Amino acid sequence: MNKTELMYREIVLEHYKNPQNYGTLLDYDLSNKEDNPLCGDEIGITIKLNNNTIFEIKFDGHGCAISQAAASILISHVKGKTLDEVKNLSREDMLKFFGVEITPMRLKCVLLAWNVLQNAINNYGEKNE
Amino acid sequence: MERTNKIDKLNMINQITHLDIENVRKHFPILNRLVHGKQLVYLDNGATTQKPSVVIESLIKHYSENNANIHRGVHKLSEESTLAYEDARSKVARFINAEDCEIVFTKNATESLNLLAYSLGETLREGDEIILSVMEHHANLVPWQQLAKRKKIVLKFVGLEKNGSNKLDLEELRNLLNERTRIVSLTHLSNVLGTVNDVHTISKMVHSVGARFIVDASQSVSRMKIDVNEIDCDFLVFTGHKLYGPTGVGVLYGKKDLLKFMPPFLTGGDMIKSVSLESSSWNDVPWKFEAGTPPIAEAIALGRSIEYVIKIGIDNINLHEKELIAYARQKFEDLDYVTVYSPSLESHIGVISFNVERVHSHDVASLLDNEGIAIRSGHHCAQPLVNYLGIKDCARISFGLYNTKEEVDKFIIGLKKVKTFFGEKIKVKNE
Repeated sequence: MNKTELMYREIVLEHYKNPQNYGTLLDYDLSNKEDNPLCGDEIGITIKLNNNTIFEIKFDGHGCAISQAAASILISHVKGKTLDEVKNLSREDMLKFFGVEITPMRLKCVLLAWNVLQNAINNYGEKNE
Repeated sequence: MERTNKIDKLNMINQITHLDIENVRKHFPILNRLVHGKQLVYLDNGATTQKPSVVIESLIKHYSENNANIHRGVHKLSEESTLAYEDARSKVARFINAEDCEIVFTKNATESLNLLAYSLGETLREGDEIILSVMEHHANLVPWQQLAKRKKIVLKFVGLEKNGSNKLDLEELRNLLNERTRIVSLTHLSNVLGTVNDVHTISKMVHSVGARFIVDASQSVSRMKIDVNEIDCDFLVFTGHKLYGPTGVGVLYGKKDLLKFMPPFLTGGDMIKSVSLESSSWNDVPWKFEAGTPPIAEAIALGRSIEYVIKIGIDNINLHEKELIAYARQKFEDLDYVTVYSPSLESHIGVISFNVERVHSHDVASLLDNEGIAIRSGHHCAQPLVNYLGIKDCARISFGLYNTKEEVDKFIIGLKKVKTFFGEKIKVKNE
């Protein structure tokens, strides 16, 4: 398999076709929605906390398979983690979750959900300081 | 009239009578390259065209043999560079049937439009109106939005015909025009729809209320014969790199009487007549609008690309591209999972935008790239139009003079692969 085929491997397509935790929480503590201005991809995230731990989390949005699958993959990794733990997740961690090398032009697609999540937590932190 | 004859004569002398694609493809070295191990199929000419050897060699020759700054030195190299630069201006002028002094070299079409928005914009007053259309590239929208904010000017937009023809609604334009209209700035050829706007008719409509008519010819200049006298537009802009020329050089055509009274846009060296510590007087047109050292090598190379296009024959290119469009449209018709956003065939050239059912355009583009096929995806710097069409994004193929029907076939095979790859049943998340 070459880079493109790896990028679109089975697990990514599976997450795209059957996204995990898709939707919007009606009762949530944190939320954020952002788009990628260059391509229009959009991800929104809502989070319900329990003692600073992510109790429930959902995402919605639209965009390419990579951005949407990356969101589904990220969300499944952060459920049950504390906000501090999630805040410490780096770009590299996100790329590791995604699992394969990504072509440079599509990096922003993989990182969109990670950005939205980080900003959700940062905004929440500022509000509650 | 005399000038028109001169162009025709020039075309006749140099024209290759038909487009010998096999031969033409040899003029473009990049077409030999492999992408992901496959022969490149370049279908992103709406973004930028590839460059023939004569253009590449022109850049090398300038820097190897003639390079000096222009309009300044009295030495030999400066003289050669100045003459070559001004000769390039003449080539552009003849190509669109203008006079030399009516051609301003800019960085690109975006700068040409910014120049107009600032300079021509200076002459506008609060409450004046500017008419644009929903099919404009951001380059012909954002500068006017900024002007409107600065000077409290009213922006109005012509939509598309309500019957789904993907053509500009000229009746709506007629209704929007009034005695407060100062500027109408429209694209000649939509970079998303491939719709050719009837600029000859529009020009008459615009002038009937005494407004100025600006044509964005960025997409049309490489595939349609442009005669600014026939169109009778007041201004016309295009960029060099979509005309088989280099990046970094664009063109603004303006009627000389208008350019003369307009204030400069960028100020500094070369655009002045005399400078004291307190004030300056402006150079004559077109140099008044060319502040600082211009893109000298690029302008000269653009002159070469225009010579090349004249040699191939703009009418031949037009016919060839129309054939490719008709062929591709026919192929698209067999794919029931593809939606195409195009006008009727007779108003269509250059680009075809489309979406594959339930596959995002970026994914289409990535998977085609894997086959060596370069296409565009996203909003094409025309977000308002994409929204107007009721979609978030689309994929686009756009032709150049070197594309072939075999390449269209390869693209269609690639598209079928995309569909197979994503499978018949993609769960729709909101269902």
